[in-house]
Amino acid sequence: MAEANLIILVICLMLYVLLGGADFGGGILELLSRGKASKIVSRAIAPVWEANHVWLILVVVILFVGFPSVYSTVLTALHIPVLLVLLGIIARGSAFTFRHYDIDEERPKAIYSAIFRYSSVFTTFFLGVTVGGLILGEITMDYQLGFYQVYIHPWLNWFSVSMGLFMVLLFAFLAGIFTVSEIEDKDYIIYFTRMTKRLLISLVVMGAIVFATAKVAGHPLLKDFINSPISVACIVIATLALPAFWYFLNKNKGNWLRLTAGLQTTLIVTGWFAIQFPVLVKTKSGHDITIQAAKAPEQVQLFLLIALIVGVLIIFPAMGYLYKTFKFSEEPES
Amino acid sequence: MAARMQMAVSLGFHIVFACIGMVMPWFMFVAEWKWLRTKNPVYLDLAKAWAKGVAIFFAVGAVSGTVLSFELGMLWPTFMQHAGPIFGMPFSWEGTAFFVEAIALGLFLYGWKRLNKWVHLYTGMVVGISGVLSGIFVVSANAWMNAPSGFDWIDGQAFNIDPVKAMFNKAWFSQAHHMTIAAFSATGFAVAGVHAVLYMKNKLEIHAKAITIALAFASVAAVLQPISGDLAAKNVAKLQPAKLAAFESHFKTEEKASLIIGGIPDVENREVKYAIKLPGFLSFLAHGDFNAEVKGLEEFPEEEWPPVPITHYSFQLMVGIGMFLMLIAALFFAGTYKWKHWFEKKWWLRLLAIATPLGFIAVEAGWVVTEVGRQPWIIYGIMKTKDSLTPMPGIQYTFYTITAVYVILTFVVTWLLSRQIQLLQSKYLKNG
Repeated sequence: MAEANLIILVICLMLYVLLGGADFGGGILELLSRGKASKIVSRAIAPVWEANHVWLILVVVILFVGFPSVYSTVLTALHIPVLLVLLGIIARGSAFTFRHYDIDEERPKAIYSAIFRYSSVFTTFFLGVTVGGLILGEITMDYQLGFYQVYIHPWLNWFSVSMGLFMVLLFAFLAGIFTVSEIEDKDYIIYFTRMTKRLLISLVVMGAIVFATAKVAGHPLLKDFINSPISVACIVIATLALPAFWYFLNKNKGNWLRLTAGLQTTLIVTGWFAIQFPVLVKTKSGHDITIQAAKAPEQVQLFLLIALIVGVLIIFPAMGYLYKTFKFSEEPES
Repeated sequence: MAARMQMAVSLGFHIVFACIGMVMPWFMFVAEWKWLRTKNPVYLDLAKAWAKGVAIFFAVGAVSGTVLSFELGMLWPTFMQHAGPIFGMPFSWEGTAFFVEAIALGLFLYGWKRLNKWVHLYTGMVVGISGVLSGIFVVSANAWMNAPSGFDWIDGQAFNIDPVKAMFNKAWFSQAHHMTIAAFSATGFAVAGVHAVLYMKNKLEIHAKAITIALAFASVAAVLQPISGDLAAKNVAKLQPAKLAAFESHFKTEEKASLIIGGIPDVENREVKYAIKLPGFLSFLAHGDFNAEVKGLEEFPEEEWPPVPITHYSFQLMVGIGMFLMLIAALFFAGTYKWKHWFEKKWWLRLLAIATPLGFIAVEAGWVVTEVGRQPWIIYGIMKTKDSLTPMPGIQYTFYTITAVYVILTFVVTWLLSRQIQLLQSKYLKNG
């Protein structure tokens, strides 16, 4: 039962990375394109951004109901980067809404836009740093070790920082795909196709840097990846998909693009999860928190699962209706 | 202490946005419905204007809610580690309700042209229903902290967890109706008050209509609230006698206990100065019998007393405002029934203007009563607040940061809304 909930958690996480990622990336892309993407991004994500956010809440709820010690440990050790992520979420969420609803004047709009763009980068970066902290395993529950060792070191290291940068590139890339498949203006297609290609190349390079910094930090990330058949499969498929991807990008095939980009991102998350399993949080002392140790009693898992399944049955059709209403119609909105 | 303050600030902030987010959709729904029925375009403008307000409040409510789901673990990891599996069920349902609300709101806000009119109206109703549901779920989780149930506590560990029993704990119902009615009352009076101020400046039809819709909701709520409050108080008397004793500043256990109105509690000498005392009434209110015994604070060890003065003042404030709002509601009903000309009078509009913030002040005071009144416990009778705090030093800096952000946000939202209102206003003045 706990495994089923964990799988749902991973699915929510993937959806958050894909949909929320495109949304966070929208801000980054606006920054990179010096505002050129602004209108497109704003139009594309405005009706759905509130909904995107909920994936993260679901992840958090599954964690504290089903795996409470993971929730408590992580939020204690990674208090600071998580706080920074939260500040970013507040800033970009509010700025985006304000930009959309405030009356049309240049100056406030420019300020909202700037806040939205910079906080998108900021939030994504610290999200990556937090994930980096989770993977690296420098988290300690020995609270006597001193402030730096307990609350700073687990996330302020080269590996986590490169994870942060990786995340920024990944989200910008996803938003790039989203934008390219959304727009019709020829010049913009060329502009954003080129930008997406550059982002893809940087992403691959940054991925290599992530592995390198892991090795320097003494984390056997590469070895773990090779030892797990699922991860190897993920990497192989992801690599093989790259040329196909390039082809779709050149031919501007919107739906195929989204599909392959989605596939690649899913593979990254799955691959990571496969090497991590059954450990949920790696710690310094070696007493890793495994799924066995962290899971709440069966009874709780059962009711959580029921709630999640009912939720999914209600949410997915509604979500589908939302996308259908807005994504496949051409008329501009008032 | 900083952690508790941070939680208070975050929740106090979130509660306002959550209330508006769950009640205003009902107003916009009624406005749109009226438009469909009467074809009066003023109602459509009103629905659209309110929808914009809802969007802003919902978005800020959503981010502050997201932040809260993390804050619980960042500040109270020990509490969450034990309590998460037990009281988590309402949160998982709340997630669904909130999701539905977000989707329906997306459809409502951006679907004016794309959806069939009646479908559009229906999405507005879904926003309202799911908003209220998610509010009830969250309150149910909070009620569990007051009336923990659905588990056995053995040597600092929870066993035999029953999430259903925990969700439908003994306090959930009384807290849920009290909070929901409060939300309708507070938001209704706030909206009516803002429009009353505008109406005083320019006698526009849209404001008169807005006042009527908002007040209709608020007045029904304000009349129901004392009944709901009475039920809630009786429940507290049963479940948390120390809390009841604290907000009544009732120090000694006695029969025919007097109801204390106002006054300054003197904790050291265990008495309340300068208060009006109604003998027997507390017994009646708490247990339905003028002669019943009401437990005083003396029954409990002093280290288990909640901070008496704060709880007492907040309670008095909440009840006082509740009574005042009920009076306005009575006038509204009387006016609707017979004296319609009242509604154009200056004293009436002034009265409404004064009532604008009162409902929310009462909501915050009530929140203080239930939260501070539970202290020193985080899970009543099971776990103390101080034992569940994060081990991280320097937590006050987190508090300062979060508070600063919320203060800024409050200013920006206020400013934004006033600009929206001006926009609406100028549009009408040009046309009319």
